[in-house]
Amino acid sequence: MTVIPHRGGLIIIASFVLALVLTSLPLPEWIRPFRPAWCSLVLIYWCIAAPQRVGVGVGWFVGLLVDVMTNTLLGQHAMELAITAFIAVKLHQRIRLFPLWQQAFGVLLLLLLEEVLSTIVMGAIHRPASALSYWASPFIGMLLWPWIYIILRDLRRRFKVS
Amino acid sequence: MAAAVLVSLLMMVVDHRENHLQSLRSALSVIVAPLQQIASLPASSGEWLSETLSSRQTLQEENRALRKLNLKLKGRQQKLAALEAENMRLRELLDSSLKIGDQILIAELIAIDLDPYKQQVVINRGDNSGVFEGQAVLDANAVLGQVIRVDPFSSTVLMITDPSHALPVEVNRNGLRTIAMGTGRINELELPHLPNNSDIQVGDLLVTSGLGGHFPPGYPVAEITQVVNKPGQPFAHVLAKPSANLERAHEVLLVRTLTADPPAPSTEERTP
Repeated sequence: MTVIPHRGGLIIIASFVLALVLTSLPLPEWIRPFRPAWCSLVLIYWCIAAPQRVGVGVGWFVGLLVDVMTNTLLGQHAMELAITAFIAVKLHQRIRLFPLWQQAFGVLLLLLLEEVLSTIVMGAIHRPASALSYWASPFIGMLLWPWIYIILRDLRRRFKVS
Repeated sequence: MAAAVLVSLLMMVVDHRENHLQSLRSALSVIVAPLQQIASLPASSGEWLSETLSSRQTLQEENRALRKLNLKLKGRQQKLAALEAENMRLRELLDSSLKIGDQILIAELIAIDLDPYKQQVVINRGDNSGVFEGQAVLDANAVLGQVIRVDPFSSTVLMITDPSHALPVEVNRNGLRTIAMGTGRINELELPHLPNNSDIQVGDLLVTSGLGGHFPPGYPVAEITQVVNKPGQPFAHVLAKPSANLERAHEVLLVRTLTADPPAPSTEERTP
């Protein structure tokens, strides 16, 4: 058995950097609730495609960066993304075989779980509940999933990320 | 996984209860700062483009308008200087504490969106420019908020409309003192502590009262938009609209009041 060296770490890092930038890209007020959770989407992809490289640890660290970037409670997004990564890695073999639209439903469930967790945390620190429109964000994420999946898959094949 | 969740929970508790994680946040903000710069690029480059590509005529017109405005403001400034001197003399007569004046630092907003549930903005001045926690932030019209966190090269401003923000104000017309609370909506403040019979009307201007020691007194804050007296309720339902352009502000002023006594260290935050 030969050990396959890891390749394409830069691509993974670059995709997370882009996701972080998109997370804080300024948008007009009315469109802000519809911003998808870019970091979660990218994280889910890498957890499915390269579970040996990206997992709970990476998810937790990226979440921490999101917390610092968006100035939320330190650990809030870290917890959400760690849990997402855990579930995605656990189920990666199954999710990989799903057709794209079915994958998108799985992603929707994960994104909704994140939203629920963040609502619980907000409630625990006595922040007012978010507006109903913010629950649209997981659905936007679901609609975007096929494109994100295809783009990242092509990138992964092109640069042979393993 | 369990470890990650436990550590996150612990961090959240520590971060919420006390401020021990400030150093970790600052360290991570070093990684995040370049990303924030990149995120603000589209907005800032768009502005640069529109400035560079605007025609000569537009620039000349703008220049003329600004010159006119400058003249007008200078005229008002002359009067202000005289009034300030008079105020000083009167205060000296009264033997009251002297207000020497306000020191103003101009900062620019970094165009990035933060957590949508909080009304916060990031500005491009930090520790290196002498910004301090609790410093009042204004825009060209009125009070915008206060600094809540200072990083080496940037700082975070909590806007007056954030639900955790409360601002001591008074009605400019009659000096009625009260507290203006944020509602979480960008164009609305709430005045929850006014009894039904208090003298307040739609259109009244609210100015900072200076109580609490954070905000310098006398800066405009908001205009009353709605007063509803319900006979069954002990307090009137009063709403106000901030005079500052909270959504569109681009440059802000950081104010430091120069007084003999140091500012009070406590922050005016509503306890949950």
